[in-house]
Amino acid sequence: MINILEAAETVRMITRENLDVRTITMGISLLDCISSDLNELCENIYRKITSKAKDLVRVGDEIAKEYGIPIVNKRISVTPIGLIGASACAKPDDYVLIAKTLDDAAKEVGVNFLGGFSAVVSKGMTMAEENLIRAIPEALARTSYVCASVNVGSTRTGIDMDAIRLLGNTILETARRTEDRDSLGCAKLVVFCNAPDDNPFMAGAFHGVTEGDTVINVGVSGPGVVKTALESVRGESFEVLCETIKRTAFKVTRVGQLVAQEASRRLGVPFGIIDLSLAPTPAIGDSVADILHEIGVEYAGAPGTTAALALLNDQVKKGGVMASSYVGGLSGAFIPVSEDQGMIEAVEAGALHIEKLEAMTCVCSVGLDMIAIPGDTKPSTISGIIADEMAIGMVNAKTTAVRLIPVIGKGVGESVEFGGLLGHAPVMPVNEFGCENFISRKGRIPAPIHSFKN
Amino acid sequence: MKKVIITVIGRDTVGIIAKVCTYLADHNVNILDISQTIVGGYFNMMMVTDPTDSSVGAGQMSDDLTALGEGMGLSIRVMGEDIFNAMHRV
Repeated sequence: MINILEAAETVRMITRENLDVRTITMGISLLDCISSDLNELCENIYRKITSKAKDLVRVGDEIAKEYGIPIVNKRISVTPIGLIGASACAKPDDYVLIAKTLDDAAKEVGVNFLGGFSAVVSKGMTMAEENLIRAIPEALARTSYVCASVNVGSTRTGIDMDAIRLLGNTILETARRTEDRDSLGCAKLVVFCNAPDDNPFMAGAFHGVTEGDTVINVGVSGPGVVKTALESVRGESFEVLCETIKRTAFKVTRVGQLVAQEASRRLGVPFGIIDLSLAPTPAIGDSVADILHEIGVEYAGAPGTTAALALLNDQVKKGGVMASSYVGGLSGAFIPVSEDQGMIEAVEAGALHIEKLEAMTCVCSVGLDMIAIPGDTKPSTISGIIADEMAIGMVNAKTTAVRLIPVIGKGVGESVEFGGLLGHAPVMPVNEFGCENFISRKGRIPAPIHSFKN
Repeated sequence: MKKVIITVIGRDTVGIIAKVCTYLADHNVNILDISQTIVGGYFNMMMVTDPTDSSVGAGQMSDDLTALGEGMGLSIRVMGEDIFNAMHRV
């Protein structure tokens, strides 16, 4: 029988330390929707999503109420549309029509976001996938719920530099099309290396072709819980520190596992994975940077930050894997800037720069995330930053991602307000030395030597 | 039988247990166990209940008791037992 202290601890985690289940994401395969007729394809997509996910939001809300645990987001991921639209879409505008269909379906079922306006082009682009990438700016400007992602590299295939060159322009164009909203469109566009097929988190979620027809994936959160637990072990050894993080991660993940099983049972959809991520929000006390501070660095970005983050990330996984038999997705600590009040303060204090963030991405998930940069940044510079981050993922056999927001009309020293979970961000300086001659080369970077495992 | 755990946290005042119990009795919710403690002047109570024969569902019970708590300056939460077991038992 549970005792009163355990009950009080659970209640405190939820009410005071922002413990929540960040998302229940239903993955839906659209492979059986494929048609060479665009209108028929769109009808099939709309019908499949609105039938499979019709109860998702209601069931999520019911579980939240019965267990007293907030479930912040209910979301959908679909098969990469670059594949689904290949035989029906002859031009980028055709893909925009699919994006609008996805948007309508997401609105109908009441989810927060729908991910999967995506292309997986780690080795090369088909004409269809290139058209999808060219459609992204218009698609994100004309929809509210759709998220886009492009996987441009992997440890097995190398890096598609042609796609990266195209994306430098795509990101800037997306920023221009949503200039009136502080270039918000770019917050819904992620570039990946080694993208997982079962990621429940936005903006990078898509339902990979390795998945079944429908699946329930759950992303947990809980930076505030870890931070509070660490307050009680100030000055203690690394062993005590690690043990505390592991125990806390276990508890947090078990809540996710319970919610995932319940959602799976009630919706009649197989359970896929739990994503063990420490996902911050702009709320005070829900910050990964605050955990790093508690571990012992003055601000995120100070010397020692990368080591502290490596430790944190590893212990979260070690505690979490015991709590669920199926762990997947991104699983690690997220270090977005605009979505984490402690990160924002570190940038404003001058402690944290893009280069340090890049180093931090070597030891955690996921990448350069939600970073506002000057709107007049050159496309080749954006491509160069992406290429660097992809190389880290490729060589280290891990997922890396880039979500940069060139804020049109704004420069270093100004800030942008995205609102809600996306937060606000100071515009950060980028290295302005050129890389045009590197980015303008055609083709791809070969797979690294350690990919040859056969 | 799915047990429901009710936790009450707040400043200690007269009649807290009485009001919660009255609500539960009125709605045919059986109380299996009660424990309480006072930490730093704050009242902490945990009730293990069985709502099998109750006239209200867990959702309604949660809404009603939250409202009851707010009227007395207390935080009352109604949560399925599973979440505590998941978190605190291997």
